Amino acid sequence: MTMDKRVIPIEPAGGSGKSAAFEYISTRKDELVGWARKFSIFPYPFVTACCAMEFMSVSSTPYDTDRFGAALPRFSPRQSDLLMVVGTVTHKQAPILLKVYEQMCEPKWVMAFGVCATSGGFYQNYAAVPGIDRIVPVDIYIPGCPPRPEMVIDGIMKLQEQIAREKHPILTKDF
Amino acid sequence: MGAEVFDRIQSRLADGEEEGQSTPGQARVPAGVSHGILVLDLAPGAVAGAARALKQEFGFDVFLDVTAVDWPGQEPRFEVVWHFYSTAHKVRVRLKARVAEASPAVPSLTALYGSAAFMERECHDMYGIVFEGNADMRPILLYEGFVGHPLRKDYPKEREQPLVPYREGFEERG
Repeated sequence: MTMDKRVIPIEPAGGSGKSAAFEYISTRKDELVGWARKFSIFPYPFVTACCAMEFMSVSSTPYDTDRFGAALPRFSPRQSDLLMVVGTVTHKQAPILLKVYEQMCEPKWVMAFGVCATSGGFYQNYAAVPGIDRIVPVDIYIPGCPPRPEMVIDGIMKLQEQIAREKHPILTKDF
Repeated sequence: MGAEVFDRIQSRLADGEEEGQSTPGQARVPAGVSHGILVLDLAPGAVAGAARALKQEFGFDVFLDVTAVDWPGQEPRFEVVWHFYSTAHKVRVRLKARVAEASPAVPSLTALYGSAAFMERECHDMYGIVFEGNADMRPILLYEGFVGHPLRKDYPKEREQPLVPYREGFEERG
């Protein structure tokens, strides 16, 4: 056996694992990383409208989002994992939202907070974007005008379940 | 309140003496007091002179707003509305002028009131009224490249003009 035939024992993302032992280790690794990641959600509040009041309520002590590891907002998209789009996004503002999203490092998730971010809500006019999923991919939608803090916490818990179920490849498509 | 100054303004402006030459074919609604505001219906050419008189002779020092009303089916179609406030008399005056769709032009009041510049730009965005004399008519609330005037009654309410192309699977309306 020569040195140039050496096999690197790491499967690239999305590759079909041939060895059962490797698959077992890979699955346990996904569970472990997912467990760690779901309790360290650093949100970036992209706050544009009146839902901000409800966001403040959620962030305050009585609802204690620190239970879910999602209490500390980072005001730089480069340090955050969860983009919370809180409020109406207009067509004029859509380029800013896209720029903020693109500045975030992987892994990243997006939450549409309130009915305006989800679908445009009651706005159907020249100004409002009818749902931010037209601009950026959205992982969790929270309806309501504004949503109750309990709904937001439910949304965070649903997102945590989603993060725990996801694959967390060490090597992504970019490497 | 303010009846005395209203009488003086009316006798000075309502008969359209100065530049208030009535454009032929434009019906002139008589001046009156509505909800405590003196309303003067003027020809577009008379607005600048009336505003100057209000500011310099009657002490209307605050330019409150300029906006427009779209009356589809009527001729002239647009009604441009100005509001002024006097901190001395504590009363408001409303000026109105009708302009046609073909040439929706009224004089700009930026020379008299600096605060008029942004409000005239907004009115230009939303209704397409041209303010002659306002050097900066760029979009202020809308964005470059926006086609049409969204507060005109014939602008379809579901029409979208997105700046960011939509992601795959989503289609623009309108």
